[in-house]
Amino acid sequence: MIDALLHYPFMQNAFIAGILAAIACGIIGTYVVVKRMVFISGGISHASFGGIGIGYYLAQYISWMTPVYGALIFTLFSAIGMGAFIRRTRLSEDTTIGIMWAVGMAIGIIFIGLTPGYTPDLTGYLFGSILTVSKANLVMMGILNAIIITIVILLYKEFLAISFDQEFGTALGLPTQRLYLILLCLIALTVVLLIRVVGIILIIALLTIPAATARQHTHNLKKMMLLSITFGIAVVLGGLWLSYELDLASGATIILLSAAIFAASTLFTRFRHKKHNNLASPAAD
Amino acid sequence: MAKEVVKLNNVWVQYDGTTVLEDINLSIRQNDFLGLIGPNGGGKTTLLKLMLGLVAPSRGEVTILGENPEKGRKHVGYVPQHSLFDRDFPINVMEVVITGRLSRTRPFHWYSRADREAAAEALRSVEMLDFKDRQIGMLSGGQQQRVFVARALAGEPKLLLLDEPMSSVDTPMQAEFYELLERLKQRMPIVLVSHDISAVSVYVDKIACLNRKLYYHESKELTPEDLEAAYQCPIQMIAHGVPHRVLKEHTHE
Repeated sequence: MIDALLHYPFMQNAFIAGILAAIACGIIGTYVVVKRMVFISGGISHASFGGIGIGYYLAQYISWMTPVYGALIFTLFSAIGMGAFIRRTRLSEDTTIGIMWAVGMAIGIIFIGLTPGYTPDLTGYLFGSILTVSKANLVMMGILNAIIITIVILLYKEFLAISFDQEFGTALGLPTQRLYLILLCLIALTVVLLIRVVGIILIIALLTIPAATARQHTHNLKKMMLLSITFGIAVVLGGLWLSYELDLASGATIILLSAAIFAASTLFTRFRHKKHNNLASPAAD
Repeated sequence: MAKEVVKLNNVWVQYDGTTVLEDINLSIRQNDFLGLIGPNGGGKTTLLKLMLGLVAPSRGEVTILGENPEKGRKHVGYVPQHSLFDRDFPINVMEVVITGRLSRTRPFHWYSRADREAAAEALRSVEMLDFKDRQIGMLSGGQQQRVFVARALAGEPKLLLLDEPMSSVDTPMQAEFYELLERLKQRMPIVLVSHDISAVSVYVDKIACLNRKLYYHESKELTPEDLEAAYQCPIQMIAHGVPHRVLKEHTHE
């Protein structure tokens, strides 16, 4: 792969895309895991398919429109929509998410069907195609990362407070609902950033597995983010290399590799705890 | 008469046409240690939320140190009920306590040195400063509760509200926790919500009973009629611990 990396621009782009994706995933995935937003993140990522479809359809009328821009706008709106809906309706949270998840995908299928001409290659969006990432995609990924990092730095103490104890935050007079919606928007941006890398269906894995792995090794949120970024980079680049050498689908290889590392980390943590507890006191749980 | 910290004047709260609180009059003064008891769903938490400005009265007026509750909120330290917090959350004791400063910090800024000092001081006053770097879930229930009191104190409140603080504290630790509150009441009035009438009545100075209406005589005594009206069934008081009187012989005037 080193050889390919030196010679082929598409390999270099894939390499950079992997690192950019891992950074966003490590930061936002940490919030997704500690604030238990896995299901809503799944909803947001699947609903983004609606934006892909609308983007395809509108591209015939609007010159700057692309499926990814369509996904960016649509995903932000659906994230805010889901957050607001959960708050205002009497439906339970998982029902609302389940409905919007399916509706988003259905919208995508309808609009792609309405677009005249060739049916585009959908598997790239559904399952990822990191090897086809363009320079323009990289620039957008870089900008999205910059936005995510800036907002997280500015609102770090507020995000930590509402993640740990939303009720107390409300009692302090924090705008907890608005902060939650901002967090959902950051998830939406991360989703858009990840579509090319692992695909809509596998995004949720990259948002949860590296962060869940990191959580087993630290009790500090900032360290968890950094560790999660490290795991993310390792699995994305490792998965890319494996898929290249073994000629496998890149997105799926990345996910399976991260799951394998998570499993190893879980076993290691168990073993360490057992040892620790045996030393400390035999009666401890 | 000691300074009035909280005043509720003919306050009503209604949700969707149901009356939750009816014509509440209550004043809490400097050095008060008030136990608030009553059946579940009787409006105890709603009363606390009124003082925090999280619920608006349908009628009547709430003032905290002469201000409306939204403004007065920064003077109120709140220890919420904590049955559902994630013990595995990656946060240490200091990080939990300093969130109590959020009502005094500006958005888009990190905590200042003054915030860190206030948080450390709050931890010292509950004797938990030595644990400041521990992950919150590694502490016992009683220690966690002290940390949540410190979080409320970090905002330098002029009133302390505790919602069922004993539910996560082991029985042997409860006396110690009440002693902590005993010390804190020198600094600010305390309102303690609890369902455990007999334990509360040992420590608090005044008791009020709430079930939609408030039964309160600015004292530690409630009449059997009060309790019956509030709980809608005769209640037998079993006093334990130090001898004390909750029910006073009552003559109708």
